[in-house]
Amino acid sequence: MTEFRVFRFDPEKDKVHCFGTYEVPWEKGMTVLEGLWYIIDNIDGSLAFRSSCRAAVCGSCAMHISGERWNGKYRLACNTLIEKLLANGEGTITISPLSHLPIYKDLVVDMTNFFRHYESIKPYLIPSQTPPQKEFIQSPKERKKIEQSIDCILCGACYGSCPVAGTNPDYLGPHSILKTLRFYNDTRDTAKKERLSLIGNNKGLFRCHSIFNCQICCPKDLDPAGAISQMKMKLIFQKIKGLMGLG
Amino acid sequence: MERNPDIRRDYVVKMLYKKYDVVVIGGGLAGLRAAIEAQSQGASVLIVSKLHPLRSHSGAAQGGVNAPLANNPDSKDDSPEKHCFDTIKGSDYLADQDAVEIMTSSASEIIYELEHWGCPFSRTDDGRIAQRPFGGAGFPRTCYGADKTGLYMLHTLYEQVIKHSIDVITDFMVTFLIVEDNTCYGLMGIDMAQGRLETIVARSVIVATGGAGRIYGKTSNALTSTALGMAIAYWAGVPLKDMEFIQFHPTGIISKHILMTEGCRGEGGHIVNKDSKRFMEKYASKLMELAPRDIVSRSIATEIEQGRGFVYPADGSGYVHLDMRHLGSAKIMERLPGVRDICLDFLGIDIIKEPVPIQPVQHYTMGGIDTDINGTTVVNGLYASGECACISVHGANRLGGNSLLETLVFGRRSGDAAAQYARAQRQKSYLPQSAINSLSKFYESHFRKIAQSSGKEKHIVLKKELQETMDRYVGIFRAGADLQIALDKVRTLKNRFKYLFAPATGLKFNCDITCHLELEAGIDVAEAIIVGALKREESRGSHSRRDFPNRNDTGFLKHTLCYYNPKGEIKVSYKPVTITKYQPEERKY
Ligand SMILES: Cc1cc2nc3c(=O)[nH]c(=O)nc-3n(C[C@H](O)[C@H](O)[C@H](O)COP(=O)(O)OP(=O)(O)OC[C@H]3O[C@@H](n4cnc5c(N)ncnc54)[C@H](O)[C@@H]3O)c2cc1C
Ligand code: FES
Repeated sequence: MTEFRVFRFDPEKDKVHCFGTYEVPWEKGMTVLEGLWYIIDNIDGSLAFRSSCRAAVCGSCAMHISGERWNGKYRLACNTLIEKLLANGEGTITISPLSHLPIYKDLVVDMTNFFRHYESIKPYLIPSQTPPQKEFIQSPKERKKIEQSIDCILCGACYGSCPVAGTNPDYLGPHSILKTLRFYNDTRDTAKKERLSLIGNNKGLFRCHSIFNCQICCPKDLDPAGAISQMKMKLIFQKIKGLMGLG
Repeated sequence: MERNPDIRRDYVVKMLYKKYDVVVIGGGLAGLRAAIEAQSQGASVLIVSKLHPLRSHSGAAQGGVNAPLANNPDSKDDSPEKHCFDTIKGSDYLADQDAVEIMTSSASEIIYELEHWGCPFSRTDDGRIAQRPFGGAGFPRTCYGADKTGLYMLHTLYEQVIKHSIDVITDFMVTFLIVEDNTCYGLMGIDMAQGRLETIVARSVIVATGGAGRIYGKTSNALTSTALGMAIAYWAGVPLKDMEFIQFHPTGIISKHILMTEGCRGEGGHIVNKDSKRFMEKYASKLMELAPRDIVSRSIATEIEQGRGFVYPADGSGYVHLDMRHLGSAKIMERLPGVRDICLDFLGIDIIKEPVPIQPVQHYTMGGIDTDINGTTVVNGLYASGECACISVHGANRLGGNSLLETLVFGRRSGDAAAQYARAQRQKSYLPQSAINSLSKFYESHFRKIAQSSGKEKHIVLKKELQETMDRYVGIFRAGADLQIALDKVRTLKNRFKYLFAPATGLKFNCDITCHLELEAGIDVAEAIIVGALKREESRGSHSRRDFPNRNDTGFLKHTLCYYNPKGEIKVSYKPVTITKYQPEERKY
């Protein structure tokens, strides 16, 4: 048995949030997500959380999870094994929703702001010429440059973990900058300058205080913090080129 | 007594949303491709989806998408005709050949289009889209982006949706289509974020709600791949076609049933039994592990039945090994990093060093909402595409990599057809009074029932029983007696469903209510699967009857159509298969 302490809140009915506690029987290999479903199926069908693929690829189930053995972290409930959280097979697992976003109910947050920022960086390929008859040619070496950033599943763990996003709702967030890098580094894209200007401002690159939470928590082991420093370098480089009259 | 005050009738007809020319239900690959096309034809378009589009199950597709690009040195002689023939033979001749021809002749062009939109495919040394071998295909034809092809494709299409500013409503579960006089005028559903019932009015509606794998317990599908999307069309009078054809994928990991892509074998992985023997040489000596899925799954099941598998103690089921060690760590890290992570996360196994315990799992519904080659259904203004639809291009057995292709090709065609239809209706009023009346009727029959439910049955119990029944009696091998047991069981469940109790109140992300609706859909669609299977007294593709082991072209070279009948038994009829160039032959690999 383990005890799940789960954040409960319905803004229309409750003044403040509380934590519900539920006894969940578990076995080796069981995930936190399966524990949450156990609660819905057997204890309280009114608990709300998001999930879909249960294979760490759809990005639905990012939440803050802490146990006896691991410090709390924003991670995916579906690939977090209960056994890794508990010390001697017992103890409490505490679960809260992603931070900095309005709560619809319990663990379900309204991701509108998160996606609005992402959409504001023009997250689509802007190719130059009319496309070739077949595919654009891109060597394996050129593709390597986007290899990490294309794997982002936009789960929001980095955004939830970033204190700057908490105090500045206008901050574009680590995910938006990682996605900018994805297109900036794509040899088929031609909007480098525009992309830099979309994030080279107080809402973007200059808002980041290099706290690196995003790097620590990314469930896909990507490096949004690294992307931010890379983009900062590119911006500086472009400014210098501009000053020298080359840009 | 009204326990659920949010389920109020006045919400039903308020219609807070704008009216649209085309409303697409579902934000997976099929839905997004349809929406992009409809908008480019000048229609006003809305995508409504219970999940954010990027959470759709399309994103979990791993292995790749077929197109005869001939980029691989081994596929120089590939062509649309060969792709067409492989697909038809793979379908055990049940696919409609005109539909397959359309799919394979548009394949290359639609993949180039996706690449031009930015899809990050893996590359050959000379910078072209990389292609790998897949089951049942004569050439390496499957275009891939490592083992995350679906994720890359889904993000690429959603990026186009952003670029073209197409309206999207998420967290909206559609529960009912508004159909009056055989014409669709829109839909009704639960806005889960706002916690209320809502109506959306449209000139045409495209259902693109994906598969129904969760009718089964052992499935590779997402938790959200329930049958509700198929059911809303079925309830509205559109027949479900060929539902008995359920694909079992040979390689799902034990316990979690998460998929190991066919790409594992495409890259050279072996399947071995407990004696470490590559048994596929017995069953398909030429193609071995890369025979079509129905054949490989049956072979694994046979090995297990005959005692040459391992036993998984937790549930007593049998399994065999997928061995990729000989591929070496460089190839695995480059081509199969995603499945490696899955095995590490969920089984604690590193595929570089150890074989993976696998067993066949439910994977795909070849059947679905009956449509023609443009996604048109028998109801005016109602279209369907993607896994929920059956055109049919997969017939009795789908080849790996053809489903992603289908979502693009037929998503686009249905978007086009729906936009044309909407344009032709511009002069007419959106929603006749009679349709509003039928809405109220539905409200009475459905939501009041839930709101006032007072029975003792729990949805989880019924759902588990449904899944166990399907796993056990409607699996890889079937028999008349077993199917009859399953049918009786499902009909009992149907009856018990009336006494379901949903204790949680409100409509805001209320799992008690959404599970309730999805269960009802699951039971009805399961019934169609079983009835179709029972009546099809032959073995063809994925449908393998022990009591009728041979294919019977004289009796069953035809599509099954199941019609919903609220008052009693399902009505079944048949329609002919379209044959153009290829006469049915014996299927050997
Ligand atoms: C693990 C896995 C791997 C696969 N790999 C491959 C592969 O390599 N190659 C290949 O060709 N095929 C593959 N397939 C098959 C292929 O991925 C699917 O058939 C295809 O992606 C289905 O796309 P879709 O757009 O029809 O549905 P989905 O992507 O499932 O989208 C369904 C959409 O409908 C919405 N929806 C559903 N019901 C409702 C409702 N009632 N109200 C509102 N919205 C609703 C959902 O929110 C979702 O947005 C794979 C399948 C699985 C399960
Ligand atoms: S459920 Fe899809 S990422 Fe966890």
